[in-house]
Amino acid sequence: MAETTTHVAEPTRRDFLYIATGAAAAIGGATLVWPFVQSLAPDAATVAAGAPVEVDLAPIAEGQIVKVFWRGKLIFIRHRTPDEIKAAADVNVASLRDPQPDSARVKDGKAQWLVVYGNCTHLGCVPLGNSGEYNGWFCPCHGSVFDTSGRVRGGPAPINLPIPPYAFASDTKVIIGQEATA
Amino acid sequence: MSQHPTTYVPKSAFGRWFESRLPVAGLVHSSFVAFPVPRNLTYFWTFGAILAFMLVAQIVTGVFLAMYYTPNADLAFQSVEHIMRDVNYGWLIRYLHANGASMFFIAVYIHIFRNFYYGSYKAPREVLYILGVIIFILMMATAFMGYVLPWGQMSFWGATVITNLFSAIPLVGETIVSYLWGGYSVGNPTLNRFFSLHYLLPFMIAGVVALHIWALHVPGQNNPTGIPIKSGKDAVPFTPYATIKDIFAVVVFLIFFAYWVFYIPNYLGHADNYIPANPAVTPAHIVPEWYFLPFYAILRAIPDKLGGVIAMFAAIVIWVFMPWLDTSKVRSTAYRPLYKQFFWVFVGVCLVLGWLGSRPAEGWYVIASQICTVYYFAHFLIVLPVLGFVERPLPLPNSILESVMGVQKGGAGMPAGANAEPQSKG
Repeated sequence: MAETTTHVAEPTRRDFLYIATGAAAAIGGATLVWPFVQSLAPDAATVAAGAPVEVDLAPIAEGQIVKVFWRGKLIFIRHRTPDEIKAAADVNVASLRDPQPDSARVKDGKAQWLVVYGNCTHLGCVPLGNSGEYNGWFCPCHGSVFDTSGRVRGGPAPINLPIPPYAFASDTKVIIGQEATA
Repeated sequence: MSQHPTTYVPKSAFGRWFESRLPVAGLVHSSFVAFPVPRNLTYFWTFGAILAFMLVAQIVTGVFLAMYYTPNADLAFQSVEHIMRDVNYGWLIRYLHANGASMFFIAVYIHIFRNFYYGSYKAPREVLYILGVIIFILMMATAFMGYVLPWGQMSFWGATVITNLFSAIPLVGETIVSYLWGGYSVGNPTLNRFFSLHYLLPFMIAGVVALHIWALHVPGQNNPTGIPIKSGKDAVPFTPYATIKDIFAVVVFLIFFAYWVFYIPNYLGHADNYIPANPAVTPAHIVPEWYFLPFYAILRAIPDKLGGVIAMFAAIVIWVFMPWLDTSKVRSTAYRPLYKQFFWVFVGVCLVLGWLGSRPAEGWYVIASQICTVYYFAHFLIVLPVLGFVERPLPLPNSILESVMGVQKGGAGMPAGANAEPQSKG
């Protein structure tokens, strides 16, 4: 017994073939999953339909909120009154859940125009305009409150209404979906 | 099923020829004819059969509806109205399917709470029970996607709210949501894939149901005493006893079902869903179907998006751990005087949560939802583990027979159970 060395099986060519076959099957299978998962993503037509849209601001009266769609998503364009701008600016930013000064949410010199996504950041409902404690928006679904800058001030929404990419083509025209090139 | 070797002997020559090639008749015989059933089962044990019937009914009505329905965002709403007005008996098939979903959930909730009451989830039935939880989750997914298909206001906004739950996942949430939608918002690609999955999932449910029944036939059914079958006198054969009883229960359930279909077919629906989907306007109150309300109340009770989503999913996933959270050695609540009280409080809390889910999320409704949510989880995490140690259960009967017939007195006179049915020799 003592002189017999314990036999350690050397890997054979068959072991190699098992591992190689298993690896090929695993990698092949995983690779095949990729096109199926990718087919679930927004398709080419949807992406193409997501090109920037132009909106004429001239007919939007002061105090009015207009709803437009870009990429199937609702966008609010709010022509704010001086009072609403003042209310949005006179807030202690540090006290906010998602701290952002009003000036960071509008374009320079265009404080009267607020452009935000129109779906509540909680679960996507459409908040009602000119309502709620801060006269900004109030979401009827789960009670989120937004101010006249579209910032969350109460309820379950975690963040402010996001700002879509947009740029002013002229004083009365915005292009939504396109960042300013300047 | 393998536990009960078949004693089936085909009578005809063809039967013997076929049985030796595919022993399916023997499988049916051992599973649904000779299979021993506890003799003390109540009508609460007929809901498995009712659920099996409802699954078939939903698949049959659904296959017919799919022949007349158009899964396209521009045409879906019109095609549902086409089913209601033009298709011969389309109104009946659609009302059967829509109300059938609610009946399915009524039956499954009774089935689940029967399981909770009699401790059916405990060893040796844990796998059977977990398969049931999986079926319930698949049912919820199927019902949710089915409700989206008519493409009314509740369909659209229900889909928006529920798919947005996944955006709460850190980092990858937004990507997952766009993959669910197939776009930048709920739209035609979303409707197409929900239709495809709504057709697929019932067949996956049928597959898990087959495993559920298979797992049931290994230990056999639990019963109101919670003690196992110890002798043939504790049991009766599945056919005719359980077969006839199940059929009778299904017929009674169908009368209940028919009342909804023929008298109040829209009672459980929402008027808003007869308004075509409009992405620019949210209905004043987004309310899910009644069977989701307790979970919806838990979602809204947590004043944090990710926390609410986690709590809602945890409310179901926690069921999976119940066989190990419940430390009591006694299965049936009938012999657990303390737990019996906690059980009914828990039932009450679930019903109150359901009611709160239908109320707007404001004022004291939110506070009440939070209290009920805390209690809901405490039931699983505190009551179930602690009670097993502190509770003194009532004495259990020696056998199922004894619980039914009373303790047989006297020595040599008549052996216990001698007056039992001759069939019950198991």
